[in-house]
This record gives sequence, C-alpha cells and structure tokens, in this order.
Amino acid sequence: MVTASVASATSAGGLAGASVQVRAVSHAFGDAGQALPVLDDVTFDVPAGETVALLGPSGCGKSTLLRLIAGLSAPQAGRIGVDQVRVVGPDPSRLLVFQDPLLLPWRTVEANVAYGLEARKIGDGQERVRQALRMVGLAAFAAAYPHELSGGMAQRAAFARVLVNHPRVLLLDEPFGKLDSLTRMTMQEELLALARRHAFTTILVTHDVEEALLLATRVLVFSPRPARIILDVDNGLPFPRLRDDPAFIARRREILIALGHGEEFAR
Amino acid sequence: MSDVAGSAVGAVAPVAVHSVFRPWWPGVASTAVWAVAAAVTGLLPDHGRAPAGQPLVECEVVIAILSALSVLIGQAGWFAPLAYHGRRIAVLGGAVAVWEIVTAKTGWLPLPFFPSPQAVLDVYRVDSGRLAQSVFSSLLILVPGFLLGAVTGFLAGLAMGWSPEARYWGNPVIRLLGPLPPIAWLPVALFVFPTISTASIFLIALATAFPVAVLTASGVTLVDSRLYDVGRTLGASEGFLIRTIVIPATLPHVFVGLFMGLGASFIVLIVAEMLGAKAGLGWYLQWAQGWAAYANLYAALAVMSVLFSGVTMALFAVRRRALRWNRETVEW
Repeated sequence: MVTASVASATSAGGLAGASVQVRAVSHAFGDAGQALPVLDDVTFDVPAGETVALLGPSGCGKSTLLRLIAGLSAPQAGRIGVDQVRVVGPDPSRLLVFQDPLLLPWRTVEANVAYGLEARKIGDGQERVRQALRMVGLAAFAAAYPHELSGGMAQRAAFARVLVNHPRVLLLDEPFGKLDSLTRMTMQEELLALARRHAFTTILVTHDVEEALLLATRVLVFSPRPARIILDVDNGLPFPRLRDDPAFIARRREILIALGHGEEFAR
Repeated sequence: MSDVAGSAVGAVAPVAVHSVFRPWWPGVASTAVWAVAAAVTGLLPDHGRAPAGQPLVECEVVIAILSALSVLIGQAGWFAPLAYHGRRIAVLGGAVAVWEIVTAKTGWLPLPFFPSPQAVLDVYRVDSGRLAQSVFSSLLILVPGFLLGAVTGFLAGLAMGWSPEARYWGNPVIRLLGPLPPIAWLPVALFVFPTISTASIFLIALATAFPVAVLTASGVTLVDSRLYDVGRTLGASEGFLIRTIVIPATLPHVFVGLFMGLGASFIVLIVAEMLGAKAGLGWYLQWAQGWAAYANLYAALAVMSVLFSGVTMALFAVRRRALRWNRETVEW
C-alpha cells in the first residue's frame, strides 16, 4: 500500500491514481426489522492506477458498492478507504459515471463540464473545460444542449464532466450499458487509452463479461444478492486484447461458469 | 451534372411564378365578405335610431381594400404570419355583417341589450379615456399582486419541496386553505387592508401563491435524485444544488402554477373591482350596466379579452425564454 501511494504521488500529469481499500463491507437496505442485505463481507484492494471490474448479475449490489466508495452513503459494517484514508463523504477526487449520462438539460455541454469547477469556485476553468472536451472529442459541441446530443455523445460529455476535475478514482457504473455496440467498442478503447495515459484508478461495474476482460487488470465476480466475491480473476492479458485470443476465451468461460451458466453457454 | 440541372430548374422556377398569376384565395374571400359587410352597413336603411354607421363603413372598406391587396402578395414569404389568419379575417367579416343585420338593420335582437357594431365602435371614440384609465387601474392591481404571489408561492413551494419540516407545517395550510376561492376572503381583506386596492392586491397574491406553491413543491419532489448524486460528488454544497439543479428542474412546473394563478387572478381582479372599487375594468362593467350602456359593456369586454390574452402571451414568452433548453416546451 505504501508503495502504491508513493507511485501515485510521483506519476506524471495532473491525474494520479489513488489506491482503494474495501474491508469487510456489509450493507443492507431498509429498516433493521425488514432489512434487505445487498453486500455480504466484501473485501478487496485496488492498487493505484489499476482497473478492476466488478462483475455480477444485475441487481446484486455492485452499484451500491460503488455508491459507498463514492461516499454517497456510509456502509453499515466494514470500512472503505482511499489511500488508507477512511471515506466519510463524497469528494471530487472520486467521481461516478452512471449508465445514463445524467447531464443537466438546462446547461450547455460546456456548462455541464464546468459544473464541478464552478461548484468548488475554481476560477479560470475555461481552458480545463476545453481540454476535457477535446479529450472526449466534443470540442465542436461545447455550446449544444444535451437534448441535441446522441446517446454516445451525451455519455462522452458525462466523462468530460468527470475528467475535468482530475479525479484520482473513476467509478464507472455500467457506463456503456445503454450505447449501441459500435459506439460501445469505440468508447471502451478510448477509456483504455485515457486510463493508461492518466493512470487513474478505475472501478468498473458491469454485467458484460467481455467488457470486464477487455478493460480490467482484475475481475471480481459477485454472487447474486447479497453480493459476495465468488471469483477473483487476475487478468494480465497484454494490450490490445483480442476477443478471439484463446486465453481470453478461457477466462470468459471460467467467469461464466462461476456465474452459473452451463458449459454450452460458456463457449 | 446534377448540380447544373438543379440550378437551371432553380433559375426557371421564379419566372414561372411571375408569368402565371395565382390569386391568393383567402384574400379574395376576405375582400368579398368585407365589401358585403360595408354595403350592408352603409347602404341598407337603419331600423329605428342607431349611431351613425359611417366610421364602421370606413373600417370595413379599409379591411376590404387591404384584403384586395393581399390577393396579390398573399403568396409572399414575409406575408405568411398574417396570411395564416386570412380565413379567420374573412369569417370575421361575415360575423360583423350578420351582427349588423340582426341589430341595426332589422332590430331582431332587442335593445338595449344587443347594441349594433357601430354603437360598440362608437364607445372607443367617445369613452376611450375612461377605458384607458380603467385598464391602467386594473394593471396597477394585477401586476403587483401577481408578482407578489408568484414570488411568495415559489419560495414557499421550494421550502416545502426541499425541507420535510417546511412540508409538515405547510401541508395543512395548503390542504385547508387552498380549496377556498380567494375571492371569499374579500370581506376579511376589506377590513384588514386600508384600501380596496391593497385588499385586491392581497387577494390576487393569494390566488397566485397557492397554485404556484403546490406545483413548485411537487416539482421539487419530482427531480431525478441521481442528479443530486452527480452534484454532490462534483463538490456542490446544498445551496449550489438548489440554485443549479432544484430550481431549473422545477421551473417547468412553476410555470404551470403561474398559468393557473394568472387565470385565478383575472377572476379575483374583476370580481373585486365589481364589488368594491371605484376604478378598473370590473368597475367599468358594473358602471356600464348601471347606466344600461350595453355598448360600453361589450367594448370593455373586448378590451379585457385583448388585455388578458396579452398578459397570458407575455407569460408564455417569458416561459419560452426561461425554458429554451427544454425540448418539450409546448407553444400556446
């Protein structure tokens, strides 16, 4: 852990990843009387700059775990830390991208991207906003309103809104789930390039096995609710990763079997 | 190749338009109808005593001449906004002619309740000063009352939507007092407030505040809570969230409340003026009825309709500006 935080402090550029510690986290919804357990004793570490995918059936509690790491709610048991410092609330160094872009429809793309800088009263953010828009290829749409964008463009704007704040941990909640498959592939590649260039730590929630294997250095497979880690796959495949690489196929099969799908579907 | 062909067609087309004259049919109809109306007014003998028909004839002739001109220019692009109303203007001419026949020319509809069109037109010549005074006086009550109610209702609704404590105390007030027609408070307002004007302003504020508060509060609760997650993670304080997310997201609902409040305000304004005031359009209606001056009454109703419609359109214009980000904004 010590080495990880030293590495993040010394990595080049404004963005530097932070390590994330999830320790014995359990969480439930509802009252004590009628509690619905969603997370059951989840423990893992993400070293700085790595990409970890949280994979599991929908509704298993992965998104809840992401909200806890973001600091939007506190876990009922266990502890979450970033660079060994306990998470007590939301912070612009840990930012979420959701399945829906959730842009503010009354703000232009540019003003949406500037939102975090404005909220924290960071002056002369204009150049940072322009840079973030260039990063996601939306420079020409700075003055457009969200309803004028396609789904993929809106999601790019959501990424720009996060990246402009130089986050150290990127929390992605099925960020490509609602995109068409071609746009999804393009954006997956762009995310890989960004993550490798800026070395931020990424925690990616997905239920797409291929997406997890394409993007992550490690894949944590969760059980249905209440979510427990049932498989921990070290995914050290070299980039660029190919879907028809035998090693890729073998890992996909291993994960699908862990998720309860029979041999015939795991091919 | 196709470009050349296209430009050749483009060059020929305007010539074709100029060479073959196509009359604009609504203009033709309007010319004919208004000419008939002028003939009915000017040439047929009056039944009994009626004000001079000359000014009405002049108006009808002017409209007929303008309609005749529109036959030539009706197709022009810049004329389109007016051309849209072409058939309506033609039918209006027919309505005036029928009105003229059943009142001034035959007396089928009894006086003094059904004055002729020239009698109503005459009111604007004779009594325009008093009408203008009445409009001014009404606006002096309507505008401050509406603005006061809009601001109060918006702030109350925002508080009720955002804070459970404000909702706890606000809900019974809204539930119990909301259904009361604002004008029912008039007797109370008359002894609480020093003048009928301030009492009326208070009642209009009340009529506006209730719907605005209810719609604003429900609008706040309808905001997608995930937007708050976005704002909070990006570093927004509570005040910043309210300013940048709650208020803009609620604005479409606020405008619905404002339109409801405006309608209620018109009712309160006219009733309050009829019951107690010495000025304003409501008072004018009452005064005209007292003198059996029914032409004045209809003239004032027409002014009222134009005024209230104008105020409503002004509110829609404000809404269109404020909600230009909203694709679903409907036109009125």
